[in-house]
Amino acid sequence: MACIEARGLRKTFGATIALDGVDLRVEEGRILGLIGPNGAGKTTALNAILGLTPYQGELSVLGRNPWTERDQLMRDVCFMADVAVLPRWLRVSHALEYVAGVHPRFDRAKAESFLARTSIRHFHKVRELSKGMVTQLHLALIMAIDARLLVLDEPTLGLDILYRKQFYDSLLNDYFDRSRTILVTTHQIEEVQHVLTDLMFIHCGRIVFGCTMEEIESRYFELMAHPEQIAAARALKPMQERQVFGRTIFLFDQVDRNQLAALGEVRTPGIADLFVAVMEKQGVRAVPTQGAAR
Amino acid sequence: MNSPSNAIPESRLGSQVVATAAPPALRPLYWSVRRELWENRALYLAPAAAAALFLAGFLVSLVHYPAKMRAIQALDPMQQRDLIAQPYEFAALLMMGVLFVIAIFYSIDAFQSERRDRSILFWKSMPVSDLTTVLSKAAIPILVVPALTFVFTIATQWIMLMFSSLVLLASGISPSTLWTQLQWIPMSFMLLYHLVTGHMLWYAPIFCWLLLVSAWARRAAILWAFVPMMAFGIFEKIVLNTSHFGNFIGGRLAGGAETVASSVRGNAELSPMTHITPGRFLENPGLWGGLLCAAIFLALAVRLRRQRGPM
Repeated sequence: MACIEARGLRKTFGATIALDGVDLRVEEGRILGLIGPNGAGKTTALNAILGLTPYQGELSVLGRNPWTERDQLMRDVCFMADVAVLPRWLRVSHALEYVAGVHPRFDRAKAESFLARTSIRHFHKVRELSKGMVTQLHLALIMAIDARLLVLDEPTLGLDILYRKQFYDSLLNDYFDRSRTILVTTHQIEEVQHVLTDLMFIHCGRIVFGCTMEEIESRYFELMAHPEQIAAARALKPMQERQVFGRTIFLFDQVDRNQLAALGEVRTPGIADLFVAVMEKQGVRAVPTQGAAR
Repeated sequence: MNSPSNAIPESRLGSQVVATAAPPALRPLYWSVRRELWENRALYLAPAAAAALFLAGFLVSLVHYPAKMRAIQALDPMQQRDLIAQPYEFAALLMMGVLFVIAIFYSIDAFQSERRDRSILFWKSMPVSDLTTVLSKAAIPILVVPALTFVFTIATQWIMLMFSSLVLLASGISPSTLWTQLQWIPMSFMLLYHLVTGHMLWYAPIFCWLLLVSAWARRAAILWAFVPMMAFGIFEKIVLNTSHFGNFIGGRLAGGAETVASSVRGNAELSPMTHITPGRFLENPGLWGGLLCAAIFLALAVRLRRQRGPM
């Protein structure tokens, strides 16, 4: 059974189309990165999956309808919307008691042992913790829940680099096993590059690109061409051409690697570069301030 | 050799069965109410502070109590009763007033605060239905506040009674007049009756209306709760030159006491069991109409809680 299955998922806010017929299938045990520019519909898609917003079309998460069965679905699904949704008045000990009280799959001892590794103490209130510590607390609560699907919406937004690194490390080492599924949206593409098994780009409410990380490695190549080979490289119809430090870099889709190797240095492209190339094909100019497309 | 390898999957299966077993239906409701009490500490801190302040004043006033009691003892029993009961009734009124105001402010903020601080995203990530959440929030003004009012009033009155008796004993006066005329048990019973009929049942639609507005309004919920009512009343007055709507709302606000009083004949404090006729209160169509409205308001609040996200 697919963990998430959507067909023709649509959502409009007045005249704005947030989701424009999204078809999506996420198998169990995958770590999917949903990447897109601001306003592409990432959060709307997650909200639909989590039962936070009504939608048109078909959507099934772990075999349930998220809009009508949110409370039951949440026994098997965890989510962390961007940082700082824990209420400021909440005491750490109360947070543990509450989740233990309402969640049948919460392992309090596990959460305590995660917290023991941090400087968070039971008597602390959320308002006394730094942003990074609040995320650690939330993560400790979530990782102690034996869920089948974990949804993360910009989980590291506003965190400094140490916490961000730590965040994904604990997620991979302590939480992920092949039976769980993780769906993550982020602007910090480089951070999740090595974590993901699947990648999906969303733009203007549509999925414009989707493949596994293995496919990316076998299909896409980045060529740093020797200056005298630039014309030959262009003849192979690259997806994208750009200049970095006076060198010309090409991005190729489904071109023989050996053929490229003769023209310069070949390597697997970064997701960020691939994202920019795909977005440019969609007619989007990279806006410098808008995250992913740096 | 087989047995250990068999034992592991079995025990795993066992723990899974335990893990997936549905929690008792009321567990999420219980923890949601506890959660409200953690968040809204004013529910018990404010009445505690008011009671402490009142008791401090009362204890100081006990300096004159022996003299006052001597004067009271010279009066006839009816006047004795009124004078002795006065401060105790005032304490009950104070607790009711403080907690009623807190219940109003709690209700108007209940669904707004979780959207304002975005914590609704955390609460909705838990396996707690919107119905459970709405019921837990409605339980605060309708059940918890009357219960707290009762507990705080009784505790305050006990402390008053104890200290008064001690002061009388210390100055060589028998506290028997105080104890016989105060009718403490019937007084407590009347308080309980008043809280259940008036504060719980009669006022339920008011609190549910405030909760509904809190779930609906993006800001200034307190204005949305009251201004449309006033506007409608003024509109009716101008167009039809009547004030049925105003009377209706006024009757709901003040009518609690009247409706309850209409079911109590004569001096009920002497023997409440024979004088209270809950039947007359229960026969009042206004009570049932109000409870129906309360249920409708809560049902709408459940729908809104489901649809609304952080603001």
